[in-house]
Amino acid sequence: MDLLLLFLGAMLVNNFVLTRFLGICPFLGVSKKVETAVGMGMAVTFVMALASVITHLVHKLLLVPAKLEYLYTIAFILVIASLVQLVEMVIQKSSPSLYAALGVFLPLITTNCAVLGVAIINMQEEYTLMESLVHGVGGALGFTIAIVLFAGIRERLDTNINIPEALKGLPIALITAGFMATAFLGFQGLIS
Amino acid sequence: MKKLFERLYNGIVKENPIFTQVIGMCPTLAVTTSVGNAIGMGLATTVVLICSNAAISLVRKFIPSSIRIPSFIVIIASFVTMIELLLEAYIPALYSSLGIFLPLIVVNCLILARAEAYASKNNVISSIFDGLGMGLGFTLALTVLGAVRELLGTGKILNIAIMPASYQPAIIMILAPGAFFVLGILMALLNVYRSKKVAR
Repeated sequence: MDLLLLFLGAMLVNNFVLTRFLGICPFLGVSKKVETAVGMGMAVTFVMALASVITHLVHKLLLVPAKLEYLYTIAFILVIASLVQLVEMVIQKSSPSLYAALGVFLPLITTNCAVLGVAIINMQEEYTLMESLVHGVGGALGFTIAIVLFAGIRERLDTNINIPEALKGLPIALITAGFMATAFLGFQGLIS
Repeated sequence: MKKLFERLYNGIVKENPIFTQVIGMCPTLAVTTSVGNAIGMGLATTVVLICSNAAISLVRKFIPSSIRIPSFIVIIASFVTMIELLLEAYIPALYSSLGIFLPLIVVNCLILARAEAYASKNNVISSIFDGLGMGLGFTLALTVLGAVRELLGTGKILNIAIMPASYQPAIIMILAPGAFFVLGILMALLNVYRSKKVAR
């Protein structure tokens, strides 16, 4: 039950993109088409789930016994960078079609702050291995929901000719994201 | 000398990281709930940017190009860890209000972008000035955003009341949606200014 609440909390209440502001770069950059948004969401979900588990183990089994906790930033980013590289190679070998679909977004996940963010939050909240995994997957699905919804709205905005010249492109996208964030504030009371 | 000033102008105005290049958005939106936080975040990023640009420029000839990105990230992460420990020791209030976004300076695309686009190709002195210019441009953008949000959201700037007492603070401005609204409107205003400039 606690795990379910943690999952929903990470996905909706503390949505990574719209409430915590993690992963804004891909949110704004890769949200012009629903298809690519779905691909990005899947890739991020996969990497975040793996990163949650591995950084948790690195922290518990390596940094804490060696009393090197203050090096967590360097350790985590190295884990994530090599993980992304590994995932890239595995997908390339096992499923070339998925690899082609994700294309350039795969390497970019390294600098997606949602991934490093989830690792650091897991550490600060002292989640167990299971909780870290649930939190990582929930957060990543929250990211996917936000980016896919946002891409759907942006596809329609592109065909709308009534937008004032000055608002075209990024400004209207940001204001749209603002309204989405307002809507997500509504989840605030869901879990007390 | 002229080239160094050109780097500063380039970073602050011409290629402002937020308003022109639109990179490094996560901290921009997250920590600009107040002017104090915005300046703190901006300056912390500036210091990391100057140090990492200098270090990367120094070792640029020894790093094989195939592993340059991981090497840059490790260099940046080391400086971020240093800043983090320094802030924790000397300015604990700022340390706790920046929270998770302090270690996340590592994945601020601005820093990696400058390393890749400028410091890995230019000498140390101009790289330092490039870092300073970009860092100040980033700080300026964050401060403007923080000032608007703090003024509308609380009626104060740096805890000094600006608005009359009868002003009803628009709390939404310091909540998450306010960040998107204010940045969107600022960018739209900038577009208006640019199109007028072109028309003239």
